Amino acid sequence: MNVAFVGATRGMGRALARRLAARGEALFLLGRDAREMELSARDLEARGARVPVGHAALDLARPEGFAAALDAADDALARVDALVVTGGAFGSQEELARDPARLGALLHANFTGTVLLCQQAAERLAARGGGLICAFSSVAGDRARRSNYLYGASKAGLSAFLDGLDLAYRDRGVHVLCVKPGFVRTAMTAGLPVPPFAGEPDAVAGHVVAAMDARRHVVYAPSIWQWIMLIIRSLPRAVLRRVRF
Amino acid sequence: MPEAPPDAGSLEPVAGWGRHPIVPGRVTRPEHLGLPADPEPVVPRGLGRAYGDAAVPARLGGRVVESTRADRIRSFDADTGRLHCEAGLSLAEILRVFVPRGWFPPVTPGTKFVTVGACVACDVHGKNHHRDGSFGSFVERVTLLTADGRLVECGPDRERELFLATVGGMGLTGLIVEVVLRLRRIETPWIVLETQGMPTLEVMLEGLRLSAAHWPYTVGWIDCLARGRDVGRGLLMRGRHATAAEAGARRRRSARRLRVPLDAPEWLLNPFFMRWFNRLYAWKHGRTLRRRVVSYDRFFYPLDAIADWNRLYGPRGFLQYQCVVPRAVGCRPVSLMLERLASAGAASFLAVIKDCGPASEAYLSFPLEGTTLALDLPYRGEATESLLHELNAIVIEHGGRVYLAKDAVTRAEEFARMEPRLREWQAVRDRWDPARRFRSGLSVRLLGDPV
Repeated sequence: MNVAFVGATRGMGRALARRLAARGEALFLLGRDAREMELSARDLEARGARVPVGHAALDLARPEGFAAALDAADDALARVDALVVTGGAFGSQEELARDPARLGALLHANFTGTVLLCQQAAERLAARGGGLICAFSSVAGDRARRSNYLYGASKAGLSAFLDGLDLAYRDRGVHVLCVKPGFVRTAMTAGLPVPPFAGEPDAVAGHVVAAMDARRHVVYAPSIWQWIMLIIRSLPRAVLRRVRF
Repeated sequence: MPEAPPDAGSLEPVAGWGRHPIVPGRVTRPEHLGLPADPEPVVPRGLGRAYGDAAVPARLGGRVVESTRADRIRSFDADTGRLHCEAGLSLAEILRVFVPRGWFPPVTPGTKFVTVGACVACDVHGKNHHRDGSFGSFVERVTLLTADGRLVECGPDRERELFLATVGGMGLTGLIVEVVLRLRRIETPWIVLETQGMPTLEVMLEGLRLSAAHWPYTVGWIDCLARGRDVGRGLLMRGRHATAAEAGARRRRSARRLRVPLDAPEWLLNPFFMRWFNRLYAWKHGRTLRRRVVSYDRFFYPLDAIADWNRLYGPRGFLQYQCVVPRAVGCRPVSLMLERLASAGAASFLAVIKDCGPASEAYLSFPLEGTTLALDLPYRGEATESLLHELNAIVIEHGGRVYLAKDAVTRAEEFARMEPRLREWQAVRDRWDPARRFRSGLSVRLLGDPV
């Protein structure tokens, strides 16, 4: 695979990029921080990614730069046949609730930016016969809860979009995978109370790679979250009103 | 590109692998190693495999900086084996990435779940110490974040004093951020292993000495419950990396790790069970010499196959004790210690014995030319601690010392008598960290740091 990767420098993205590198895939990193991408590029090369791993600037909050970023990836990899987006914004419910600017930026990056990027990439991939789009949504988008419905709303929208994108582009050869991580121990979730069934980034990454190979359209990771969310989705509203989580 | 919330660190119980002592600390796990903005004392921590209080905060709620998420490889030279990495990279990762390409850590302790930074800070040694020395001998450069917030590069050829104080310095000279080390070339991932039953301590020590000349890896297991003429009875193991011809067409099985799901009851590891276990083990093996080819995991990391094995020792945890005594004093101190342990009854079940090569120049590096003995003791309060002080007295009397990565009970005055180079090391530390920004449970206990 020739993979354009948004978010490979940190957390689950870092773990997933390493899994792909270990398989000898060609990677091209997209993101905001050139120094960080440079460090991760060298790391991925040492771990087996096809040399060289290049990078270019992409900010999910600035859709006007997406075309140039995808062009850069195409140039470097000869031809991109997969886009992975693990990057996104995160904020605690309290911060987002009282800071409209922060909330706006989060909604813009996680929903608007990611949708515009994936849509554009899907068109490109379809035009050249197909490929893979893998984007990280969240179990938080499966059902609103009072403790994180703002972040959850951005991911609910993204999940719906990815679901539809897969329906619309599958017969044009584009396979879309929506990843829904449960609570995973990363720098992003540091400081939050750790619930039961918390996952590790590398295990999540292994799961995601398997789902890519199996051409699934949605994957929960760790997989037990599929069942947890099944229960949470089916809770009556009266129950959700009472519980605090 | 998630934006992490400002990380004040979550308050959580922090302990070494022996799970004694346990101190609540505020732990951060940054992807970029850095020091907190406030001037509070910090203890650096890796994967938490030091047994005692080396990576436990000096005070309740003290700051802990865990390196495990700073684990990027900066570069690797496939011609020379020179690896430049961030300090949180683990030996397990190095093995996973580089064994298939024919490279192996130059020195490895008995677990692969240790970070490179910790390998430097503890100057770990392995089964090849008699031939290759400790981890520090393969380190070319260490990048240190010092107490004043500067990044300082040190190595055998620059800032040499700081380097010699950092190797084996238990993280007390600064936060180790990056390391450059040399890996070892191997032909196959397999190990040729020979095992032989040893009837007595003298025979064991002689066996280790004779094997040292031809075998890069040697170690002995001693049955601590054997009595009378059987004292010191055990198993000698020696290994080397197998050649392609010896390995043949073997393929690695991906072993599933077992996990100890809960704290075992304290009666499980009782002397009665263990004596029979050891007897059966010794009986099964006999005196015969057996040779076979095993995986490197089986040879170097038998306990890593069981996740959380430390829980076998029950809720009160355990102490590990490792000391080394000079070769010149012979096997007397070791047999004294084994006798003392045997008469204490429920003490230890199994001890690991190994001959060490020459000491390193690093001030606080543990190994010295002689015999090292390591054992586990279930923690049973005052009785266990006083037993270890008795062993310490034997060690001091014979000019030996204890391994700080395992220690939890040695007193400052005992340590001062074991470690002749302590004053020189303190002088370097005074220069780089006069205010004792880097402080741990261990440094309070052994070096008189303020809490």
